[in-house]
Amino acid sequence: MSWKKRNAGGRDEPVVEGGSRSEAVRVVMTRLRPVGPEIVVTLLLIVGFGVSSALSPFFLDADFLFRQALLYMEIGIIALGETFVMISGNLDLSIAGNLAMVACVSAFLHGQVGIPMEYCVAIGLVLGTAAGALNGFFVATLGLPSLTVTIATMALYRGIGQILLGDHSIQKFPSWFLGIDRKVIPGTPIPAPFLIFLLIAVVLGLVLHFTVFGRWVYSIGISSKASYYSGVPTRRVKMALFTLSGFLAGFAGLMLDSRLLVARYDHGTGWELQAITAVVLGGVSISGGRGTAFGTVVALLLIAVIQTGMGVANVKVESQLAVIGALLVASVLLSNVLGVGKKR
Amino acid sequence: MTKSGVGKRSGKRHYGLLQVRELRAIALLVIVVVGTYLIQPRYLNPNSLRSILIWIPLVAIIGMGEMMVIIIRGIDVSVGSIVGLAGLTVGMLFRDVPGFPVFLAVILSILIGLALGSLNGAIISRAHVPAVIVTLGGLSAYRGITFLITRGSQIDGNYIPKSLIRWSQLGPFGIREVPWIVVIVLAIALLTWVIFHYTRLGRDIYALGSNPEAARLRGVAVQRVTFFAYAFTGALSGLVGLLYSSRFGFLNPGQTGVGMEMTVIAAVVIGGVSPFGGSGSVLGVLLGCLLLGAVNVALAVLGIAGAWQLAVYGAVILLAVASDAVFQVGLHRADRSE
Repeated sequence: MSWKKRNAGGRDEPVVEGGSRSEAVRVVMTRLRPVGPEIVVTLLLIVGFGVSSALSPFFLDADFLFRQALLYMEIGIIALGETFVMISGNLDLSIAGNLAMVACVSAFLHGQVGIPMEYCVAIGLVLGTAAGALNGFFVATLGLPSLTVTIATMALYRGIGQILLGDHSIQKFPSWFLGIDRKVIPGTPIPAPFLIFLLIAVVLGLVLHFTVFGRWVYSIGISSKASYYSGVPTRRVKMALFTLSGFLAGFAGLMLDSRLLVARYDHGTGWELQAITAVVLGGVSISGGRGTAFGTVVALLLIAVIQTGMGVANVKVESQLAVIGALLVASVLLSNVLGVGKKR
Repeated sequence: MTKSGVGKRSGKRHYGLLQVRELRAIALLVIVVVGTYLIQPRYLNPNSLRSILIWIPLVAIIGMGEMMVIIIRGIDVSVGSIVGLAGLTVGMLFRDVPGFPVFLAVILSILIGLALGSLNGAIISRAHVPAVIVTLGGLSAYRGITFLITRGSQIDGNYIPKSLIRWSQLGPFGIREVPWIVVIVLAIALLTWVIFHYTRLGRDIYALGSNPEAARLRGVAVQRVTFFAYAFTGALSGLVGLLYSSRFGFLNPGQTGVGMEMTVIAAVVIGGVSPFGGSGSVLGVLLGCLLLGAVNVALAVLGIAGAWQLAVYGAVILLAVASDAVFQVGLHRADRSE
């Protein structure tokens, strides 16, 4: 069952519409509804770029932009998994915990146990995928609310990382594994993680928008019950979504180890918030059933621009998080007010 | 969670389930206590019993509110940050205004919590934004504000009034085993119990949680009940912010209340509050807190590092929720596929 139904605030009440709003505006709104949030967030990104480059002459420097964008590629990857999960009307809060667990376990197996790093990478990917599948088992097979399940596994997965590493960090990695952020596409200034992120986004976008599976995800998000009765294998699809989300989290965890040169249990603390903010800001309806991979990518870049701007203005990290939190609530509020995320 | 499924849960069977859930907490409590005692007999002495008792209050107080929120199928993950913001605000007053009266601090901390909880409640009930989005935003927003106003500095123990610290050391009539903060918990638990059993509001909360649509059609003031649950939780979290300084003797923007939402949700869920909404009891939540406290002290007595805590909480929530699913199988089978 989906978490949206847990909102007791009377979602089922008839929404009063029209009246104050003129007919012409309403027609435009209805026409724009399918792409509204994506357009808004793209415009905001352009405005953000304009403002930032006006404030600082160094902003529009390709090197600087790539270096800043590199800080958000792991969040971007887990946000893409979250996009799928949220379009299906579920929620995965465990992505950042899963990321930390994979980062810690692979580092521990190599640094403390002495297993070659090639195997550790494989084990990490399998572990992340299995952790995602565990979420899927509880949600799809046992029929539990995804919110409660993933709150539990959020603590469990990060906790496993903490048990292994405690307050220590592991820095023992082979040189081929380290510094993925410093590898570039030969002949261009484009860093490898950036390309990886875009590739994942394109592949997942194609899956979401051009395959039967993708249509199933939307149909489950609109009505799980109706999908079930019209022959969609709802359980298997949900299972696949959480598994995918887990795999991407594991992949991002390994990428983070490689970029930061160190494994710690508090890797990616609070990233579930940033990922969900990107997804919601990018136009995925909080009640499921609408959204695009493109929207998530653009919203992530917008968040990166905003945080870079605050960083340049010397705003502390904790206060930056406060702004992201407010942004999350505001974007949902706004889309509720405009009626964008409303269910058909 | 769906109409037909919830419909079957009405009447006696529902009540029977409730008792089963409390029994589960009691059974687990006995297993944990006896098991730890057999491995380490040092576990059952007055001192560790006292540390179990003293561990409970902060969690149990917020648990009373969180229980209401989960019963109406919501969630509040911002409680830890409300604890931090309310606690640090009164802490700064203790530091900057010498001789700031404790009773004013109590009122102020509750008011701050009430204001933040009302903000959550207003957005959730009026604008229909899902609770998890609002409180997840609150979790980081309130923590960020705490860092802003304190500029990241800690309030040391010497600023905290001695009379306040004594609340967690001595009880009424000078009893050491049951300090005042335990008495406060019992008072708040009694208040919550009265709300649930003797007021219309309490019955409305259960009705709303069992079947939101039916509750609305029957005339339950959905928005007001929802608002109350979050505002109440906020107020209790604010009070805990003050009690934190009494219990631990310091306040730190990066520590006070951090991760507390996880502890509280674990205690509430293990205490038998169903994630499907509609059921849960004050006694169950108290038992859940007792169980979590017993586990916590057991870990310490058995010499297991504090690093295990987070994983244990996660596993506890997962097990409680999974066993809930097993209870529900017969009731929900028709909708399971969904």
